[in-house]
Amino acid sequence: MSNEIILEAKKIGKYFYEPEKFRVLDDISFEVKRGEFVSLVGKSGCGKSTLLYVLSTMDTDYEGDLRIHNQSVTGMKQNQLAGIRNEKIGFVFQFHYLLPEFSCLKNVMIPALKLGNFSKEEIEHRALERLKMLGLADQALKPASKLSGGQQQRVAIARALINDPLIIMGDEPTGNLDSKNTDIVFDIFKQLSHEMHQTIIAVTHDNDFAKRSDRIIEMQDGKILGEVKN
Amino acid sequence: MPKKFNHNISSDISMTYTFSKMKLTVVAALGVTIGIAIYIFLNSMMAGFARMSDTLIFRNIAHIRVYKDDDISRPLIASENSDKKVNALVNPKIVPESQTIVNPALLMDLLRKEKDVTMVTSQVATGIFYHKGESQIAGNTIGVNIEEADKMFDIQTTMVAGKMLDLKSTPNGILLGVGVADKLSVKVGDNISISSPVNVTKVMKVVGLFRTANSQIDKVKSFMNISAAQQILLQNPSYVTDLDVNIVDYKNAVNYSNRFSALTGYKAEAWQTANETFVAASKMRSIILTSISFTVLIVAGFGIYNILSMTISQKMNDIAILKAMGFKGNDVTRIFVQQALMIGAIGVTVGLLLALLMVNVLSHTYVGGDIGYFPIRFEPFVFFQGAMVGLIVTFFAGLIPARKAANVDPVSILRK
Repeated sequence: MSNEIILEAKKIGKYFYEPEKFRVLDDISFEVKRGEFVSLVGKSGCGKSTLLYVLSTMDTDYEGDLRIHNQSVTGMKQNQLAGIRNEKIGFVFQFHYLLPEFSCLKNVMIPALKLGNFSKEEIEHRALERLKMLGLADQALKPASKLSGGQQQRVAIARALINDPLIIMGDEPTGNLDSKNTDIVFDIFKQLSHEMHQTIIAVTHDNDFAKRSDRIIEMQDGKILGEVKN
Repeated sequence: MPKKFNHNISSDISMTYTFSKMKLTVVAALGVTIGIAIYIFLNSMMAGFARMSDTLIFRNIAHIRVYKDDDISRPLIASENSDKKVNALVNPKIVPESQTIVNPALLMDLLRKEKDVTMVTSQVATGIFYHKGESQIAGNTIGVNIEEADKMFDIQTTMVAGKMLDLKSTPNGILLGVGVADKLSVKVGDNISISSPVNVTKVMKVVGLFRTANSQIDKVKSFMNISAAQQILLQNPSYVTDLDVNIVDYKNAVNYSNRFSALTGYKAEAWQTANETFVAASKMRSIILTSISFTVLIVAGFGIYNILSMTISQKMNDIAILKAMGFKGNDVTRIFVQQALMIGAIGVTVGLLLALLMVNVLSHTYVGGDIGYFPIRFEPFVFFQGAMVGLIVTFFAGLIPARKAANVDPVSILRK
């Protein structure tokens, strides 16, 4: 872990208007450094997922200031934000969200083809490398819909990694997995943060998962309740 | 930072969506195919029909007719001397004046020098009676230079007996409509007598019979040499009642008629003005066919719209993750618009072939009369127009749902 600050939230606040006006995030401020593995925990409705989607730049309806890689992204246009997500952020969700018509390999390649930093051959090579790292090299050419749940989740992780993002954001990334697959995913995350120095921010319900990460941010009623560094 | 490579991944995804759901693509494309084929077919029919009816009408009249209109006397003649307020009040009536056009040769030269004028001929038209034995028929005759008149009215194609050009070598020859000949019971070579409005009777020799598309005309009309017509009216050889003018673009005749009126000082009447009912009827026909063909095309457009809306609602997860991974709104729009356009292109291509087949079949269908086979043929412009309209309709049918897809909020889909 270096001291470089990758993500900085300053007094992030947000309201929900349905069914009635309600302050779901209340002046949240914190920093995340390069290579940190952070878990966001808290009870249902405490605002941890909402916070994650604000940090992801997909939700732009908030107050305060969000800086990613020393650049304020608050108030940026949707198209600029899309470019930042493409280049700097990888996503893993509870559900895999693979495109069922495409092979696993193609699914992994899509964000890189969109970014266009490498030739098609290089991208294919890089995608295969990541699938290999996740133990899926032999599944590469199968349609994404033919894989098991655990395999699909690992393909989704490979896809999140293809552009070497600074930050990987997970919304319950192990929520649908059995303990064996959870362990696999966790080990991958650990390896990414410690060896590749990629920052990981994951929302989780799984206390074991959280305990094994570097830093736990616990939330309650839209505020940070406390932090634990492991 | 500029992109190093443009992999066109949106297009790639679009292709995969189009061809992985082949059944949907085919159904949507079939809608376009039928729409385009019917659109082109109806428009080809309309074009063929309009061309044929114009041809038929120009067998009887020229694009523009220059003639001396009847002058009506002024009903009120105000006193010229303001002191004595005595005004003359007269019943309006035709001022008795000759119907001749003065110095027709000069006017014809003038008209021939005008831009876009293709042909000018002179004629003498008059009402006459045909006699044969006891029978007498009222009708009208046109004194013409038969060669020029043939060029303008295509008389040769209407000839059913005798030789049109025999008129030239027979000073007292006459070409009769078949209806007149039937009623008088005469055939080519027989003599008939005619009498003119100024009570001149002359014996004419029937040199030919013609049949136009209109049997009413065949029952009254005849052609003779212009000199014969001048004789029966007791007029000199410069007597001419009508100048017929053909121009390049007959659809524009109304504009030219005003200019020719000013130029010649006589009334120049465009064929549209003289045949308002005919023009109105063909307008109605084209409105009916155009609205039918557009309706069919719009229905095909709705087919694409429906299928694309369905695809998009099934692909909400894909759209959300693509946007999360950095696809811009326009990239998403492009995916689905391209899908619509591909369906459209397939549909249009097959539709063009189907239309070609339909046109071909109809052009070999015999309808009878002097029309013969249905007047339809391959109209390149109509096919081109059909293809363009088809693609435009599919573009918009795709754009509307695609824009909706582009505005999907990924958070609302991914946060489930």
